[in-house]
Amino acid sequence: MALNLWRFASPQVIYPIAGRMAPMFMAAALVLGLVGLYIGFFVAPTDFQQGESYRIIFIHVPAAWMSMVIYLAMAFWCAVGMIMNTRLSFMMALALAPTGALMTFIALWTGALWGKPTWGAWWVWDARLTSELILLFLYIGFMSLHAAIDDVRRADRAAGLLALVGVVNVPIIYFSVQWWNTLHQGASVSLTRAPSMATTMLTGMLIMALAAWMYSIAASLMRLRVIILEREADADWVREQIAPAWRGART
Amino acid sequence: MNWGSAAEFFAMGGYGLFVWGSYAVSAAVIVAELALLVRRRRTCLRRISRRVTSEKSAS
Repeated sequence: MALNLWRFASPQVIYPIAGRMAPMFMAAALVLGLVGLYIGFFVAPTDFQQGESYRIIFIHVPAAWMSMVIYLAMAFWCAVGMIMNTRLSFMMALALAPTGALMTFIALWTGALWGKPTWGAWWVWDARLTSELILLFLYIGFMSLHAAIDDVRRADRAAGLLALVGVVNVPIIYFSVQWWNTLHQGASVSLTRAPSMATTMLTGMLIMALAAWMYSIAASLMRLRVIILEREADADWVREQIAPAWRGART
Repeated sequence: MNWGSAAEFFAMGGYGLFVWGSYAVSAAVIVAELALLVRRRRTCLRRISRRVTSEKSAS
């Protein structure tokens, strides 16, 4: 086959591609987000049990889903980097981590603000909440460990190992509501059962979930570009093309 | 349509603090993430271009 896929493992090749894709994903996130919020606030009816407080669901559930998906993606790229010894894979993992931590924080924060009116407590040490908090610590640990080691290649491997060990937490979060008696409710949406919520509520939530996907991809691609620049600062293609073009655009 | 007036919309049936507290903080951290990203990119590019210029003038 003439097309060489290894070409795409090169930071120099990925840099402009990510630069073209990021604005498209960001635009999609914006449009989907606006549609999702419109449905969430103006189309979806009031919940007969929780009143209006349930409207937190439109950010809580998408953020919680993304917090787990991004962790899996991050660990995947770490595994690829360890096996194939490709530098770009670790850059992808590093680009994902802060956005994953952000999604985890949003899930925890909105969860607390939803828990107070529904359960009467901002926080309880039940399995779902605790394992999600551990996910936040794993993201922070991954980034701190990487930042603490000066040799970038060694930092990649050490942080990568931590990310891979931490993967065990993701199924624990997901199945916690089945394995233990938790205050947190079970899944409202699953692949095997009909969803236990009104159609417009579900539609709004799924559109917001898509928006969260698009945003996460856009932010990670933007960060990937910065990480490539930081790591390839001495490479000829950065010094001869990227830096002069940037200065030209500013003067 | 769920809301009779703007005031009703902001009150969120008495849950305004919880609903808007969720949305406001989420929006704030997303904006902060993007702002930090832009700043990190500028800092990096400025450093690279300064180094390129100083090496050119030295040679």
